[in-house]
Amino acid sequence: MIMRPQADGARTTGRVSTAVGLGNSDPDRARRFRDAALPHLDAIYTLARYLMRNEADADDAVQECYLRALRHFDTLQNPDIKPWLFAILRNVCRAQYGERSGVVLYGAAEGSEIPEGTAPLWSEAGDSPETEALRKLDAEPIRRLIAALPDLFREAIVLREINDLSYREIAEVTGAPVGTVMSRLARARSMLRTAWLATEGQPI
Amino acid sequence: MTCNEAEILLHAFLDGELDAGHAREIEGHVATCPRCAAALRVYGELRAAMSRSDLRYVAPDSLRARINGMFPAATPRASNRWTLFNSFMLGSALSATAAASLMFAVVRSDQDQMIAGELVSAHLRSLQAERLIDVHTSDQHTVRPWFNGKVDIAPPVVDLAAQGFTLVGGRLDFIDGRAVAAIVYRRGGHVINLFVTQGSSFGRGSTLKTMHGFNVKLWSEQGLYFGAISDINADELQEFEEKFEAATR
Repeated sequence: MIMRPQADGARTTGRVSTAVGLGNSDPDRARRFRDAALPHLDAIYTLARYLMRNEADADDAVQECYLRALRHFDTLQNPDIKPWLFAILRNVCRAQYGERSGVVLYGAAEGSEIPEGTAPLWSEAGDSPETEALRKLDAEPIRRLIAALPDLFREAIVLREINDLSYREIAEVTGAPVGTVMSRLARARSMLRTAWLATEGQPI
Repeated sequence: MTCNEAEILLHAFLDGELDAGHAREIEGHVATCPRCAAALRVYGELRAAMSRSDLRYVAPDSLRARINGMFPAATPRASNRWTLFNSFMLGSALSATAAASLMFAVVRSDQDQMIAGELVSAHLRSLQAERLIDVHTSDQHTVRPWFNGKVDIAPPVVDLAAQGFTLVGGRLDFIDGRAVAAIVYRRGGHVINLFVTQGSSFGRGSTLKTMHGFNVKLWSEQGLYFGAISDINADELQEFEEKFEAATR
């Protein structure tokens, strides 16, 4: 109940800074930024949707991300703008999420909440019922499984599987070493597998 | 390799992020360990299920409009396809005099830009379903003869899997109305299109451009013109050119 006015307030602020952005920007620079950044809008929006879990907040986060990126476009060193945009979005989401809900995004200690040894042991050599059933899984249940992952793992999976970033790029976005990226992905997939097995047989 | 190591590394293996040595170790391990072999299959299926289903979201029009509103009204850029076509046909004839070559350098960078644009379009087209590959194979000796009679060159085709770039096939493509050979590589989950043609002017030196988030590398070698394009980062694309050149020399 208290959150709504805050959210509206933030959106109004967004519009105001848009107008300011228009006033100061050098058209050529803005055009270069637009050509480079706009093709990635859907990818950025996708990460925002998975991180924010609510459409209005995701919209605001993406707009704020593009505003910040335009403002700091000159500081971009790497010719590849995509990981940079993801990194900015990640920071925006972290700030907004904290502001609006009081929940600290990325607060969970890595590995603490993951039950160990829950994945079953497999011994058969051929196709298992599990691989069979995975073949029939479609988008909505998978989205729900991903949405239930803790933040760091959800972000790693979305960047890798949906936005198709390499380990190096994910490391760049998240500020974590490549080895950490690899182990987060391993844990994320193990959690997805466990969660999926837990829901299997139930209407999901 | 122990199961504990394999448990983590098999993910990097699935993601195409392992070097050849570690990849062989994983293959060796799963050949003798049914538990890890089963895990590899399950995670492979999980990945396949995710890439099959469309898990992306599309930015709503209202958001796109809000972001477009941040920019000054767009000034349409002139794009003259005829000029581009001429540059393919006549490019090399322009550098006759010193004065002309100064002019050429200016014109050149503009043309590089346009050619890079053409390559981006061709790359994007190729990523649409069923368009990427006409001849599927990792065997360089199958891809090269396949181009016989389809394009007017015999493009060098080498598998660079050991160097981290896996040959996946070839395709006939058209850049501004001209048939060119497209050789397709993968780096992890990323596609690299390598366009090869002759007598045109992808660029005589070696240039790297970034356009719409894609990196485009243009170079020429022994009368052939190469244009490599991918969403991998610039360093990796540079590395691709070096590995390709070293392997074909």
